[in-house]
Amino acid sequence: MRRPLLHKLAAAFGAAALLAVAPAAPVRAAGEAPPLPDTRFSFEGLFGTFDRASAQRGLQVYMEVCSNCHSLRQLSYRNLTGIGLSDAQVRAIAATVQVQDGPNDEGQMFERPGRPSDRFRRPFPNDAAARAANNGALPPDLSVIVKARAGGADYIYALLTGYADPPAGVEVMEGMHYNRYFPGNQIAMAPPLNDGQVTFHDGTRATVDQMARDVTTFLAWAAEPELEERRALGVKVVLFLTILGGLVYAVKRKVWAEVH
Amino acid sequence: MASGLHQSDFKNPVVRWIDARLPVFTMMEKEYGTFPTPRNFNYLWNFGALAMVTLLIMIATGIFLAMNYTPHVNHAFDSVERIMRDVNYGWLLRYVHANGASMFFIVVYVHIWRGLYYGSYKAPRELLWMLGVVIFLLMMATAFMGYVLPWGQMSFWGATVITNLFSAIPLVGDSIVTWLWGGFSVDNPTLNRFFSLHYLLPFVIVGVVFLHVAALHITGSNNPLGIDPKGPQDTVPFHPYYTVKDSVGLVAYFVVFAVLVFFFPNLLGHPDNYIPANPLVTPPHIVPEWYFLPYYAILRAVPNKLGGVVLMFSSILILFVLPWLDTSPVRSMRFRPIARIALLLWTVAFFVLMWCGSQPPEGIAVVLARIGTAYYFAYFLVILPLLGRLERTLPLPESISRPVLRGGGPLPAGAAVKPMEKA
Repeated sequence: MRRPLLHKLAAAFGAAALLAVAPAAPVRAAGEAPPLPDTRFSFEGLFGTFDRASAQRGLQVYMEVCSNCHSLRQLSYRNLTGIGLSDAQVRAIAATVQVQDGPNDEGQMFERPGRPSDRFRRPFPNDAAARAANNGALPPDLSVIVKARAGGADYIYALLTGYADPPAGVEVMEGMHYNRYFPGNQIAMAPPLNDGQVTFHDGTRATVDQMARDVTTFLAWAAEPELEERRALGVKVVLFLTILGGLVYAVKRKVWAEVH
Repeated sequence: MASGLHQSDFKNPVVRWIDARLPVFTMMEKEYGTFPTPRNFNYLWNFGALAMVTLLIMIATGIFLAMNYTPHVNHAFDSVERIMRDVNYGWLLRYVHANGASMFFIVVYVHIWRGLYYGSYKAPRELLWMLGVVIFLLMMATAFMGYVLPWGQMSFWGATVITNLFSAIPLVGDSIVTWLWGGFSVDNPTLNRFFSLHYLLPFVIVGVVFLHVAALHITGSNNPLGIDPKGPQDTVPFHPYYTVKDSVGLVAYFVVFAVLVFFFPNLLGHPDNYIPANPLVTPPHIVPEWYFLPYYAILRAVPNKLGGVVLMFSSILILFVLPWLDTSPVRSMRFRPIARIALLLWTVAFFVLMWCGSQPPEGIAVVLARIGTAYYFAYFLVILPLLGRLERTLPLPESISRPVLRGGGPLPAGAAVKPMEKA
């Protein structure tokens, strides 16, 4: 299967039901969004799996770029073993952030380096602080963003690469940015990715396209960390049921043979 | 025979000891072992058993989900994600439960349609049919409240829209809505009571299912010919014939179920429900789950709110009086050439309404919804009562065994249409 049926139907059903980064005053009604480009991801299809290298690069993009505004609050650092990182690597990544803990014996809250058991550090203490720092817009949590948008991973990739100059006659509001794929075309998030913005450890060239693809892969994993296990189990279950079905049908034929 | 003990024929002494004092084994043997069942069921007769199994799956998965779920507006969404991520096979439990609701409705819709096509609602099975409608209503209430529990955007706004329907009731509407909510908006008290009722209602359904099955075992099953069995040559014992035939259907059903759960678990859901509920942001299109779409379309087909609500509830409640609206003595649509076409058109109308319900209420969707709604009701209120008098039905076969033994060959000519036999 070229493209998951999920995406097609989700697109059909969900239409422009997208809420993302809306300022306090809602943007104008959803414009005619162009069809999403069909991006080929490693995790598509019935048997796709997450490209570990891509997901790890995506983690780097998230940590260095997205996490300045977007939380990932459903995930803990320990979950990162799921994209192929070792315990030591996870420990090192967790230790790069300071998290608040406490109260200690004196009743004081204190900062300490992160541990694998910690949730991903949130960039803002609360939603009000996030809005205050973002021109009134609330950067959504990214934990399940791929499941929370019609079009899924294709949409996230399209959004990240969909920034452009507004066409003639379209006026973009103060503090907003034109994006081909965002409903209403006006998004509060400034273009987040620029060529060469991160330096990938594995030497991959950090083009906008590459970073968008990698971070989308990472976010797809973050939304459905069970995906590979689920599909693997699904294959076994369907195979088992198919064989069982053949046997049961043979029994049925035998039982009914004398009646017909 | 000891006085007051049931005369039990079971060989196993332990079974016999129990059966003499509490004849459950005798009952099971009578109702599911030797129970005489028409020999000519097609696979549409699997769907009652499938519904029963699905109900049990929903209760089993639901009990384990409830152990890990937190019914509080601040924690519900996160507790569901915790189930997905940190509970062993929590993703499997949740996806089976969420998709199980859809599968339950598919199964029950087929089951109801089979009843409509083969006239299973007609005498003497009116009460059996009405109990089925009660189960259907309870299922809808349970499913609606279950969809609220993850506390996503569609949960919240769906709950807001549906509970607000009661505000259409004159005079006391607003008070009723406040009473339903336990406050002045959908909020924590609403979530709490929905969780409580969502846990309760399935067990009420189990009770009504028991009555449904009990009533079935008094009248016996209908069959594709819609004529009563004339004797032992027309029936087979339930076991092994229908236990094995139901098993075939069950395994096939599980394959479909498994493909949905393991490969397309979010196909029938709405992406917005992965956005935490936010009372300050209304989704552009609030749509219910797919299985409610036809009724949602009927609701919106009427420009008047009260009228829409009345029509929507009537679309289900009308099923209660269907046994008396359809006056034809012939049960099976196989022998009703005009009614059969009318029912197939009704089926088309149902799917058209389903599509309309998924669309914004504008343009062609409104027109189609009105036509579909008109036909939906006309089928029950005009077409069936008239056809009962006017339709020339085809000759009925003399008995179940004859056409079956002939491998479905031509039916004996000249067998007159007999008035429906009372069991």
